[in-house]
Amino acid sequence: MTNPATETKLPKIKLTGVTKAFGDKVVLDGIDLEIASGTSLVIIGGSGSGKSVLIKCILGLIVPDSGSIEIDGTDITKLPRADAIKRRAGIGMLFQNGALFDSLPVWENVVFGLLAQNRITRAEGRAQAETILAQVGLAPSVGALMPAELSGGMQKRVGLARAIATKPDILLFDEPTTGLDPIMGAVIDGLIVDCVQKLGSTTIAITHDMASATRIGTTAAMIYRGKIVWNGAASALMNSGNAMVDQFTHGRRDGPIAMELRR
Amino acid sequence: MMALPDMVGAVGRATLIFVARIGAVALFAATGFSHIFRPPFYWRRFWAAFLEFAYFSLPVVSITALFSGMVIALQSWTGFSRYGATNAIANIVLVAVVRELAPVFAGLMVAGRVGAATAAEIGTMRVTDQIDALTTLSTDPLKYLVAPRLLAGLTALPLLVLVADIVGVAGGFFVATFKLGFNPHIYLVNSISFLESSDVIVSMVKASVFGFIVALMGCYCGYKSRGGAEGVGSATTTAVVSASILILAFDYVLTEAFFAR
Repeated sequence: MTNPATETKLPKIKLTGVTKAFGDKVVLDGIDLEIASGTSLVIIGGSGSGKSVLIKCILGLIVPDSGSIEIDGTDITKLPRADAIKRRAGIGMLFQNGALFDSLPVWENVVFGLLAQNRITRAEGRAQAETILAQVGLAPSVGALMPAELSGGMQKRVGLARAIATKPDILLFDEPTTGLDPIMGAVIDGLIVDCVQKLGSTTIAITHDMASATRIGTTAAMIYRGKIVWNGAASALMNSGNAMVDQFTHGRRDGPIAMELRR
Repeated sequence: MMALPDMVGAVGRATLIFVARIGAVALFAATGFSHIFRPPFYWRRFWAAFLEFAYFSLPVVSITALFSGMVIALQSWTGFSRYGATNAIANIVLVAVVRELAPVFAGLMVAGRVGAATAAEIGTMRVTDQIDALTTLSTDPLKYLVAPRLLAGLTALPLLVLVADIVGVAGGFFVATFKLGFNPHIYLVNSISFLESSDVIVSMVKASVFGFIVALMGCYCGYKSRGGAEGVGSATTTAVVSASILILAFDYVLTEAFFAR
């Protein structure tokens, strides 16, 4: 089957003038962004800059005040509820803290989406969970454990397994390496890259971790005060020539971001 | 001292917030209730909630009912012996336990046990993004988390109260026969002959309403919780307090509806 986005040369995801405010605080201020099919976009930015809100808008968890979010040419902000749920089934998400369902064993967490969509039986789900767990480097026995029995790194892997279980065409990662040691962070990044390559998904990752950003991203963008202030190749992040990006990526105290914060 | 316009403004704002909150709870209840009748149905979630309501609450509700029946028998005897009306004790224990004490105390006990646990569980799911994760996995959180609990509250509490009715009346029977010297046979005959089917029906209706209230407030407060551990703690407290107040308020409303002449 051909991918409609590729066939018509449409961007896989296109945001136009996306704005969102909570009370007086404008979190997203007219975001315009295009993400080509099969690319991995990394979004960087300080805490409270609007990265998580942006990703929740793409997921449909938050409705923007204005603007459009098109996936394969369809504005998802205008979809009826039933169609929005169907569309969401094609998006996988790895949450910052894993967000595993702590009342369910690992295997049920992994295939939750498939069971919820009645695509498999529970018996099939158990077997399928073991296969997916193997893809993220976890033994079949982990399936029987409860999320509380897992380390932080294992929880991220299970979260990744759950995100890829439905073979989504879009994958979103919210700070995938936060809270992990550098080695485990690199392992998770490697798994993300492998899984994305196998699935051919379009991905968006938000992160503060520059090493992770350059490992998993093909393109990158920086968001500051609800606006995209830079975008380019992920490999150019450390030498972008943009004062804000340079300050952020090199962790400098002084620069345009600090000056604005002091005002 | 606050000026009159400020005071009126403050009262107006508080009233608006209160009315908005009632509207939000009513909308949440209606949406959650409607999901009980619309597929998919999460029967495993229902059975888990049903067991939590009925089976695991049975000891605490039974003990509460037992002592309630015992106290009512003792207090009735203390009061009625002054007027030589001790024959009415069996009837008083029966009416008090079946119509009021069993459903109300069961509701309050379950609010403390299950309502608090529900608010804490759903609240924790909210602040750890688990509810967002459910949504991203094409699962409606109201259908998965709320509807099974509402149905469990509606159906489990009547069974629990039926047991509490029996245990409460038995408590009164033990005190009356072993401590107060009543003839066991006459006491039982008096109790059974005084029992009307409407008493049991009212008891069951009250139980069902109270079960719904406990499940609803637990789910609502948990679902709307914000701000980490403190928010979850606050949601838990609010769930128990609001469910307890609503149980007592609806007890009056239902009593008025069924028994006022």
